[in-house]
Amino acid sequence: MEVKDIIKPENLVYKKPSLLTDNVTHYCPGCSHGVVHKLVAEVIEEMGIQEKTIAVSPVGCAVLAYNYISVDWQEAAHGRAPAVATAIKRLMPEKYVFTYQGDGDLASIGAAEIIHACNRGENIVVIFINNAIYGMTGGQMAPTTLVGMKTATSPYGRDVKLNGHPLKITELIAQLPGTEFVTRQAVHTPAAVRKCKRAILKAFQNVGKNTGTQFVEVVSTCNSGWKLSPVKSNEWMVENMFPFYPLGDLKG
Amino acid sequence: MADYKLMKGNEVIAEAAIRCGCDGYFGYPITPQSEVMETLMLKKPWEDTGMVVLQAESEVAAINMVYGGAGCGKKVMTSSSSPGISLKQEGITYIAGAELPCLIVNVVRGGPGLGTIQPAQSDYFQAVKGGGHGDYHLIVLAPASVQEMNDFVGLGFDLAFKYLNPVMILSDGVIGQMMEKVKLSEVKPRWTEAEIKKMSGSWATTGKTADRDYNVITSLELDSAKQEQFNHKLIAKYNTIKENEVRYEMIDCEDAEYIIVAYGSSSRISQKAITLCREKGYKVGLLRPITLYPYPTKIIQELATRVKGFLSVEMSAGQMVEDVRLAVNGKVPVEHYGRLGGMIPTPNEVVKAIEEKIINVK
Repeated sequence: MEVKDIIKPENLVYKKPSLLTDNVTHYCPGCSHGVVHKLVAEVIEEMGIQEKTIAVSPVGCAVLAYNYISVDWQEAAHGRAPAVATAIKRLMPEKYVFTYQGDGDLASIGAAEIIHACNRGENIVVIFINNAIYGMTGGQMAPTTLVGMKTATSPYGRDVKLNGHPLKITELIAQLPGTEFVTRQAVHTPAAVRKCKRAILKAFQNVGKNTGTQFVEVVSTCNSGWKLSPVKSNEWMVENMFPFYPLGDLKG
Repeated sequence: MADYKLMKGNEVIAEAAIRCGCDGYFGYPITPQSEVMETLMLKKPWEDTGMVVLQAESEVAAINMVYGGAGCGKKVMTSSSSPGISLKQEGITYIAGAELPCLIVNVVRGGPGLGTIQPAQSDYFQAVKGGGHGDYHLIVLAPASVQEMNDFVGLGFDLAFKYLNPVMILSDGVIGQMMEKVKLSEVKPRWTEAEIKKMSGSWATTGKTADRDYNVITSLELDSAKQEQFNHKLIAKYNTIKENEVRYEMIDCEDAEYIIVAYGSSSRISQKAITLCREKGYKVGLLRPITLYPYPTKIIQELATRVKGFLSVEMSAGQMVEDVRLAVNGKVPVEHYGRLGGMIPTPNEVVKAIEEKIINVK
């Protein structure tokens, strides 16, 4: 039997979602972004809502997310994606609108926009990638950088006296009455990936009912920024990130 | 039957927005223009036309909401006053860079910093030279009456969509706060989905349908050669705008030996000043730029060949006077007269200024 004889629909066990474009991503090998992009694309495809989906990309590593998922996109200024998404959704209430933001974008420069969008209960999905570092600009300290963690702008480790504590923005957002579903996920194992997909699916299904903001944090790796191999990054994340950012549903 | 009302400039902005079929207003309170959002909230247009009105958490959020709405091909706007407009500059440069149509109203107050809540014209540079980072221009309309506050809302949206460029109405605290008779615009319905698709479907994020590739609204281009190409495209657009959209009014310029150049509330004061000048026997005319970008450079060049001098009257330390000087190019004297910090010049002060700075200079 030759390979071409095996390639037929009945033997198909896995395929690239049709919404993922053929563009080669700029993400580093081992980065969580690629996996989360795939999950988002799968959910939109499975729900059949490509024509109804408007996505908003951030400033950060995912700034070019619009190159990879075949839906209409707006690229927002740094941190402003929730404001951009607010207007899109309010002006086109029948659409599915989501933002895709990193920790610097969402929890630092865009803290006001995310808090107020969630507080107004904007009917949008927020995908929040938290890898505790600024990846795109070269590994600087983020609001979610752990205490003691070394980055380009905290070369001796994050010092609470100098830099304050890491911000648990998701816990804060879960307190807001405007949010319906707030969850923290990861994509470091096949089981975690499946669980994360179920969370993203739930968020998109919920948002179709216009009952509040749906917020999915994905605790992620940045092996380039962390200066660890992809495998070591996953181990480091389990050991250090999960105790401070525990996985699971916070609300809904 | 025309709809005449006695209204404040700021209230008229709100009324005109609803009447021209605006889809969304996003704002944040700041004196002296809070009546714009107050009027909209009172009128509840969402119940009538479906127009969205939202008080944002900041001017920064408001302008980014405008970005989001404009990216969907919708007629969206914001309004603010000087310190708030400074905050909006980030969003404005992204809107210019993404070539999105929208309307921004600046009811100017004195600065710098928190400054004063009284009227000024000290944001001219910010409005006409760019304002935010990068090489870009807004189309800038300068209303001199409550009537023009009404008219320029519709005109502003028309120009914004014609050129896919942000348009600013550069007003001031006088025009925003004063009441005058105004003939309100005819009511136009908001665009339907089909109309938006026809007009803006090639670029707007209305949802990717099978008949087209997906649309992306962005101002990012990492390839320098392509970014330069885009910059040239913008320059070409601005040149077309300069060619087609210059607007100005001339009063008593035919026989004038001296010209006052003034826009907005200063032009109203200067109109009285030229009457007083003529009573004194001075042949003074008024050139009122209606578009500040594109600037009426050519007419000033022409006037410079036959008059003895220009006085730029502005409630600023001398901003527009630089554009008058560029147009005149040294042919005749060009001077500036202005009051600052929220102080408003009287017609007599303007007469004295033109006598001292232009007419009686040997």
